[in-house]
Amino acid sequence: MSETVPMNPDGDLTVVPPVFLDLKGHHHPENGTLLGFWIYLMSDCLIFACLFAAYGVLGRNYAGGPSGAELFELPLVAVNTGLLLLSSITYGFGMVSMQSGRKGGVLAWLAITGLLGAGFIGIELYEFTHLIAEGAGPQRSAFLTSFFSLVGTHGLHVTFGIVWLLVLMTQVTRFGLTPANRRRLFCLSMFWHFLDVVWVGVFTFVYLMGMLP
Amino acid sequence: MNHPAELHADHGHDDHGSHGDAQVHFSVRGYLVGFLLSVVLTAIPFWLVMAKVIPSSTGAAVAVLLIALVQILVHMVFFLHLDAKSQGGWNMLALIFTLVLVVIMLAGSLWVMHHMNANMMPMPMSPHEMRNMP
Repeated sequence: MSETVPMNPDGDLTVVPPVFLDLKGHHHPENGTLLGFWIYLMSDCLIFACLFAAYGVLGRNYAGGPSGAELFELPLVAVNTGLLLLSSITYGFGMVSMQSGRKGGVLAWLAITGLLGAGFIGIELYEFTHLIAEGAGPQRSAFLTSFFSLVGTHGLHVTFGIVWLLVLMTQVTRFGLTPANRRRLFCLSMFWHFLDVVWVGVFTFVYLMGMLP
Repeated sequence: MNHPAELHADHGHDDHGSHGDAQVHFSVRGYLVGFLLSVVLTAIPFWLVMAKVIPSSTGAAVAVLLIALVQILVHMVFFLHLDAKSQGGWNMLALIFTLVLVVIMLAGSLWVMHHMNANMMPMPMSPHEMRNMP
């Protein structure tokens, strides 16, 4: 108790009013959540950078096992890339609907985005089970360990993005486009587009460059 | 409109009024331009690799990486609505700081590990024998 209440120099416990140096409130962030969420995304970016660096170092150590050129199916990756890119623009249309206050439009676009994301995860899971069934699981070589870590972490992010999206659809259905829900939708839009940015790195650095001799 | 949760939400801790994201304007046109650019910038590298257009492996890698960089920029501008002014410049500052760290880590890891690989003593052993090494 005595630690939290500031004391007068005399030592008695009269409460001293707090002193604000920033009287005009200029240094109070206009919208702290969005900046904070952006900083979270940047820290997430560092996680992915570590995984990319690990893949860059280990990606050609096959330990006598299969190489990327033998394993990857580029048409499947192209379909996946298309799905994620489409989901980015459908989420964008959802934000446009939110801006003009059309609740039904927001819900419809969010649903389409979620379905596209689920399609992406479905294809990725198919690819993973296919690789593991072929004996090219994460324990086979350093290349496959770093491959599964990087691509799996991205897939996990998309999965949790879909969970968040479903939660927000429930929120919007029940409470409408309140300021809090708008803020949440904006945060998820940054998250979703950020995952698409990371995927650009994945399909370039892992799949396309892995196919090169 | 008189749901208690909604009233509570109106007084969220950092919602000063409802102009929370008013500094960003979402337009269908912006998203469409970004999408079309992204489609083109995705199709070109896939075509380069699948049709084996560039014979040199290094040349193809450099081309594909450069196109990816351009596409990331397109995503940042058209989808993430990033510019020097958002959040009073703090978004951009955090991004630049992160990019510096990413470049140091990526380039540093690849460079150091490449040199260590190149300077390894040659080991005339099969991967199978390697597994039983101490």
